[in-house]
Amino acid sequence: MTKPETIIKKIWDKHVVHQEEGNPDLLYIDQHLIHEVTSPQAFEGLRLNNRTVRRPDLTFATMDHNVPTKNRENIKDEISRKQMETLKTNCEEFGIKLADMFHPDQGIVHVIGPQLGLTQPGKTIVCGDSHTSTHGAFGALAFGIGTSEVEHVLATQTIWQEQPKTMNVHVEGDLGPGVTAKDLILAIIAKFGVKFGTGHIVEYTGDAVRKLSMEGRMTICNMSIEGGARAGLISPDQTTIDFLRGREYVPQGEAYNEIADEWLALATDEGAEYDATLTIQAAEIEPQVSWGTNPAMCVPISGATPSLADVEHKEDVQRALEYMGLEENQPITSIEIDHVFIGSCTNSRFADLEKAASIIEGKKVKEGIKAIVVPGSFSVKLQAEQVGLDQIFLNAGFEWRNSGCSMCLGMNDDIIPPGGRCASTSNRNFEGRQGNGARTHLVSPEMAAAAAIEGRFVDVRKFAGVLN
Amino acid sequence: MEAIKQHQGLVFPLNRSNIDTDQIIPKQFLKRIERTGFGQFLFFNWRFDDEGNERADFALNEPKYENSTVLIAGENFGCGSSREHAPWALLDYGFKVIIAPSFADIFYNNSLKNGIIPIKMEEVQLNKWMEQAETGRLVLDINLLEQTITDQENLIVPFDIPEYHKEKLINGWDDIALTLLHQEKIEQFENSL
Repeated sequence: MTKPETIIKKIWDKHVVHQEEGNPDLLYIDQHLIHEVTSPQAFEGLRLNNRTVRRPDLTFATMDHNVPTKNRENIKDEISRKQMETLKTNCEEFGIKLADMFHPDQGIVHVIGPQLGLTQPGKTIVCGDSHTSTHGAFGALAFGIGTSEVEHVLATQTIWQEQPKTMNVHVEGDLGPGVTAKDLILAIIAKFGVKFGTGHIVEYTGDAVRKLSMEGRMTICNMSIEGGARAGLISPDQTTIDFLRGREYVPQGEAYNEIADEWLALATDEGAEYDATLTIQAAEIEPQVSWGTNPAMCVPISGATPSLADVEHKEDVQRALEYMGLEENQPITSIEIDHVFIGSCTNSRFADLEKAASIIEGKKVKEGIKAIVVPGSFSVKLQAEQVGLDQIFLNAGFEWRNSGCSMCLGMNDDIIPPGGRCASTSNRNFEGRQGNGARTHLVSPEMAAAAAIEGRFVDVRKFAGVLN
Repeated sequence: MEAIKQHQGLVFPLNRSNIDTDQIIPKQFLKRIERTGFGQFLFFNWRFDDEGNERADFALNEPKYENSTVLIAGENFGCGSSREHAPWALLDYGFKVIIAPSFADIFYNNSLKNGIIPIKMEEVQLNKWMEQAETGRLVLDINLLEQTITDQENLIVPFDIPEYHKEKLINGWDDIALTLLHQEKIEQFENSL
């Protein structure tokens, strides 16, 4: 019997091109995803050094960070327009497939990878974006890289990586009714902090994780970087296999069954050891709302902002409360909002929109609140429209936009004004993230929908009749 | 990238932890397609008010920190987005060395690719320097070859940095050129798939 191994080690070992004592390993990259913001300087670097793209066939590009979610035909911001045109020119020059703004495959890079089946178990996947960890939901080794590394992968299809430490984040028991994947990952970060995963690749394990849909698993892995992890992943199982079957870039028919067996064999072996293990009890987790300026500054909906007397880093907490315009010991349910954003690579998939729509159906967005839905991809948008989700949102008073990163980072026109307060399904509540002076509260799509109706944070479980 | 073996410079202390890359360079400045010219946007929302005037309450705007080239900050520096615009902005502004108790992984890597020396330093020593730089004027001499930092009182503090990172910084080596030395192995790997 061979030594039991983690999925992390199994994928790693299969991708080592060159190894030398005392140096990082040279790893082969199976899939490189690129977008308009972090790639132009990389292509320029190639040109300056007379280099080319080694494997355009393993590279896929889209436009997401900077694209407008309305009036796409007429981009007023000259610098934005140029950045998108540059991606188009670069992809043409080097023969890379591009889903541009008007392409049916366009969408947030971390939504379209899985949707197209480019994301597969066992692959090494990189992208010049920290939320690349999302693809780990499929049992892929996926991580964000900087632009110099984008250039390196374009030129060599490899990357130098130090063997990371492995970490098991074990979720014990089951999530309560009405508690979502978003609540779980926010609770994990709140409990263990914004750098618990630094230097590690995290595998999420346990019954509660196994029972999540692929969409839920993507939400979890997406926010691994918010805990500092290099990557986050979940061993593939039947849920993974069922999700990917029939997608454009996976093998079809009998060939799929064969590769599916290989994928399942990648799962972490019983008894495999990790460098570290953290455990959290699923049953104790309530719907979460972030109150501060990093994702660990997060409490249950029944909670309140911290008491300054009780906290370790008093200055940081005080600064965050000031920025957020909140008092210490302030109940979360007393916080009134004026913006709602349902979207981002964390929570903009069909299942996310469907759940938010189920809360909003037949109700109205509270007067004075600007609420928008930004589907994660053009395909998600179409799928939602086919079953009438758009009408549910529009009737309630939401705006229904085209896909992109949008208000998660506010690179396009979708920003929140100074002092504005947003219930957001995105992943970062940093100062100024959604607009200079904007205040972000991270929540699940269901919690965002309920907040849109009530104008303040409420326990969606009571709202939806799950709890009395 | 430019080789760096030794650097002596004035310290700017930024006593905050979890400084994320959105603070280092806000998203509205990520639209440019060049690598240069990002220094003017460094810590933009902390340095400037809504009208574009310098904020009096942000120390980097004080004359005493003019031409500072060594940044001392709190733990988990550079967390958040993978944007390499963050080290580009720091370097373009003039920072060559960043000293913090810990760094976010992607930022740490991105710094090294641009010839910035990221130095992990235990908090007791770091806090002493932080205070000295806040209350007075602190110049540090960083010797990458020896892996030491010398302060104005001639206190010599050693630091750790992986040998392979050190070697690249000292020589200003281009990663891609080094990797292409292994081109045959990459081809062999591809053929084995």
